[in-house]
Amino acid sequence: MAWQFDTDRPIYKQLRERILLQIVSGTYGAGAQLPTVRELAEEAAVNPNTLQKALMELERDGLVYTQRTSGRFVTEDEAVIRKAKNDLAKEQIDLFLQKMAAIGYDRQDAAVLIQTTKERKQ
Amino acid sequence: MTILRTSNLTKLFGKTLALHGVDLNVEAGRVVGLLGPNGSGKTTLMKLCNGLLTPSAGEIRIADMRPGVATKAIVSYLPEVSWFNDWMKVQDMLDFFSDFYQDFDAAKAADMLKALSIEPSAQIKALSKGTKEKVQLILVMARKAKLYLLDEPIGGVDPAVRDYILSTIIKNYNPEASVIISTHLIADVEPVLDEVIFLKEGEIVLHEDVDTIREEKGMSVDKLFREVFKC
Repeated sequence: MAWQFDTDRPIYKQLRERILLQIVSGTYGAGAQLPTVRELAEEAAVNPNTLQKALMELERDGLVYTQRTSGRFVTEDEAVIRKAKNDLAKEQIDLFLQKMAAIGYDRQDAAVLIQTTKERKQ
Repeated sequence: MTILRTSNLTKLFGKTLALHGVDLNVEAGRVVGLLGPNGSGKTTLMKLCNGLLTPSAGEIRIADMRPGVATKAIVSYLPEVSWFNDWMKVQDMLDFFSDFYQDFDAAKAADMLKALSIEPSAQIKALSKGTKEKVQLILVMARKAKLYLLDEPIGGVDPAVRDYILSTIIKNYNPEASVIISTHLIADVEPVLDEVIFLKEGEIVLHEDVDTIREEKGMSVDKLFREVFKC
């Protein structure tokens, strides 16, 4: 099944986000080998050049590295992955807080609401 | 390496200017969308690249050669119209292509036919319009060409076949070959493209990387097209 894209934004960025999510969520764990550009491009139904660009970005950020003969791997440095995970979470929290602000909740109110929602579920 | 280069390419049909001063460079390994409204010159450009038409002015070079016998060996062209002979069988077409083109991979074509459950023994006459289009595309994509010119490859087929065609283009990707696709169904091909060319009344009005368009204009190629060609 082809991945879905928001065509208003560069597709390489969305591919980067998608693969990054797979890395931080452990689909591709630390040190794991990534599928080839061709395989990933086929799975996502995108141009291999675009996918290559996404992987280069991840490489630049130190999240993946290329071993000349054997392919591309996720970094073994778990601290780098943790940091990327943290950054992603922060991004989501910022978005969430913006939306809450639009509704009329400040940071404090939002935090309280999160707590009580959780308690109710338990 | 440049696969296709045109300079000041111009084509007149009588007094009608079909293409005017087209300067174009397509590098190897690129998938290019050739987009424009009806009558903008897309098919004319493809036919010129094939040597089916001769330029009124200007030049075309395919891998540094003028269109001719040598370029036909490296250009795989999917015309807009069906060129099949009704009395033939699918297998006859495969044999035909094997005879004509050295780069035709008959085993690959057979695999692709099988994937779409098309019998080589089927008579062309008995095939539906959509199936004929599939067979044509298979023949064209089973060549190991340097330049694929696909004129409206996804226009007449259902969305499932459309996906199959696009995934075939991705699977066939070769860093040494380029693919030029003309289509009106921009949204469908967007994820597959590297760059787009907008043709308007025979002239290039835009030639840009698709992700650059999205990045700089914050809109999809489809949306940009609608803006540029607003009626």
